[in-house]
Amino acid sequence: MSAFHYAACGALFLLGLHGLLFRPNLLRKLMALNVLQASVVLFYILLAAKRGASPPVLSGPGPVEAAAFINPLPHALMLTAIVVSAATTGVGLALLIRIHRLFGTLQEPEIREKTGLS
Amino acid sequence: MNALPVLIVATPLAAALVPPLLALASVRAAKAWSLAAQALCLALSIAALRAVLAGGPLRHALGGWPAPWGIECVLDAFSAALAVLVAGLAVLTTVYAWDWEDRRGPVREGAFQSLFLLLLAGLLGMLAAGDLFNLYVFLEIASLSSYALVAAGPGREAPLAAFRYLILGGAGATFWVLGLGYLYALTGTLNMADLSSRWPAISASPAAAAGLGLMVAGLALKMPVFPLHGWQPGAYAASPPQLMPFIASAGSKVMAYAIFRLLAGTLGSEGQAGRVLEALAPVGLLSVAAGSMLALTQTDVRRMLAYSSVAQLGLLFVGFSLGGRWAVIGVFWHMLAHAVLKSCLFMAAGSVARRRGSCEIDDFAGLGRTAPLTAFCFASAGLALIGLPPAAGFFGKWYLLRGALDAGAWVSLSVVAASGLMTALYVFRLLERMYLAPPPESKRVEPMGPWGAAPMLALAVAAILLGVFNQPLIAAFIEPARLAATGGRG
Repeated sequence: MSAFHYAACGALFLLGLHGLLFRPNLLRKLMALNVLQASVVLFYILLAAKRGASPPVLSGPGPVEAAAFINPLPHALMLTAIVVSAATTGVGLALLIRIHRLFGTLQEPEIREKTGLS
Repeated sequence: MNALPVLIVATPLAAALVPPLLALASVRAAKAWSLAAQALCLALSIAALRAVLAGGPLRHALGGWPAPWGIECVLDAFSAALAVLVAGLAVLTTVYAWDWEDRRGPVREGAFQSLFLLLLAGLLGMLAAGDLFNLYVFLEIASLSSYALVAAGPGREAPLAAFRYLILGGAGATFWVLGLGYLYALTGTLNMADLSSRWPAISASPAAAAGLGLMVAGLALKMPVFPLHGWQPGAYAASPPQLMPFIASAGSKVMAYAIFRLLAGTLGSEGQAGRVLEALAPVGLLSVAAGSMLALTQTDVRRMLAYSSVAQLGLLFVGFSLGGRWAVIGVFWHMLAHAVLKSCLFMAAGSVARRRGSCEIDDFAGLGRTAPLTAFCFASAGLALIGLPPAAGFFGKWYLLRGALDAGAWVSLSVVAASGLMTALYVFRLLERMYLAPPPESKRVEPMGPWGAAPMLALAVAAILLGVFNQPLIAAFIEPARLAATGGRG
């Protein structure tokens, strides 16, 4: 794949990182974490991508032309990473519901004022 | 093939399913189940350590698929010794927490025990993982359960502290996966043993340096070391106090294990791995200095202990990067000593938090008279943490100093030597309150039962005995662990 694809992936990564560090809204921070994780998923898929190749499913007996297939391993890994990302989002959203019930807002500066937490 | 590396992970993982159901019938039964599962886990870890010391690493190929195609679980002298330590701390913490009641009902208590078992399964899984992607999966199992455990803390700041932990922890794990992608693209393998043989061909590649840098940064954030510690003091102060002895001592050691296993064990400190190891030294030194300074400025004792951990974990990085025989022995000893001492300190702090509802320095006033046992345990572990001989903390620093002297690393030498002095500053401030200040008049006092006192006293005594018997322990466990971790190279 071309440098353009990897650059787009890197841009997404930086976007996510910026969001989770600097966004004042906690929900946006969680979404930024999702963007960050998605950029890494795309990175792995790019590693495996190959033009004109097919998934490694054998159609019959005979010699196997390895070059005609894409590497399925990164896809399998990213399936796990997506599950992890979904689980993290679930836990994060549950925490946000609780935070919203306690403080009535998801804006970090306001919560800090209300609790006196640094 | 030996199933022990799988069993130590599968036991707590399977046992975690039961407590929520059991707690509906009886909370005590759920706790007993959890404790039994952890004790079984400890027994299996000890069996694994004995087998490893007698006959070399244990390997298990899951489903009969041989590595590097299949998934492999491995225990060697380094990881098996840490597994015993982690499982042992879990058992002690559960005993300590035995008579803490959660006023929010049995459903909570059941979920609590489940999460604790999942955290244990995640940490043991990281130790037993034979490939770097599985290590990530177990890292996330451990992390997700600790986010939820932190959120179960008593104060209203707990969910917020847990959310910050989740955001930064999630970013840390993502860094690890991204870095792993670089290594996978370069070598085409995830299995550690396979990676080890393919590393020399690409060890000079800048992409490998970028990948390793990302992976180490991700784990350093989870340990944590300065300046990646932002989530930690808040999370430590907000967590349920009865769990802190485990959370504060076990997780960071396993993260440090993964960093050292990857750089020094799998990649043999060669090429870019060696350069990343060298780069750990300034981070560690900064962490020692900043952690100690910040610990001094805290008024909440749990936060003080949290920053103290940042400083003590910095020492691990210093030792990793020195790398010689004595430095590695010192680092491994320090991992053991710090785990024992920090959990003892957090048990004492937890019992103060339970007695007085808060854990400020002023709450420790007169503790020597009102709660002599808690005060004794805190003082004993605190003095050991400073590194006074013959307590456990002394020998880690002693061997580290010897390693720094061997390497001629004068900056590291002076910072390691000064770290004891900086620890003394914040420990003595508390000792003075405990033994010289008069006890405050007000606030309810709830005496600590035998369940809480026994593990705390055991750890406080261990803090001294470990130091006294350091030579036989080093010969029996630390030296084999060092040889396993460095492949006999160091």
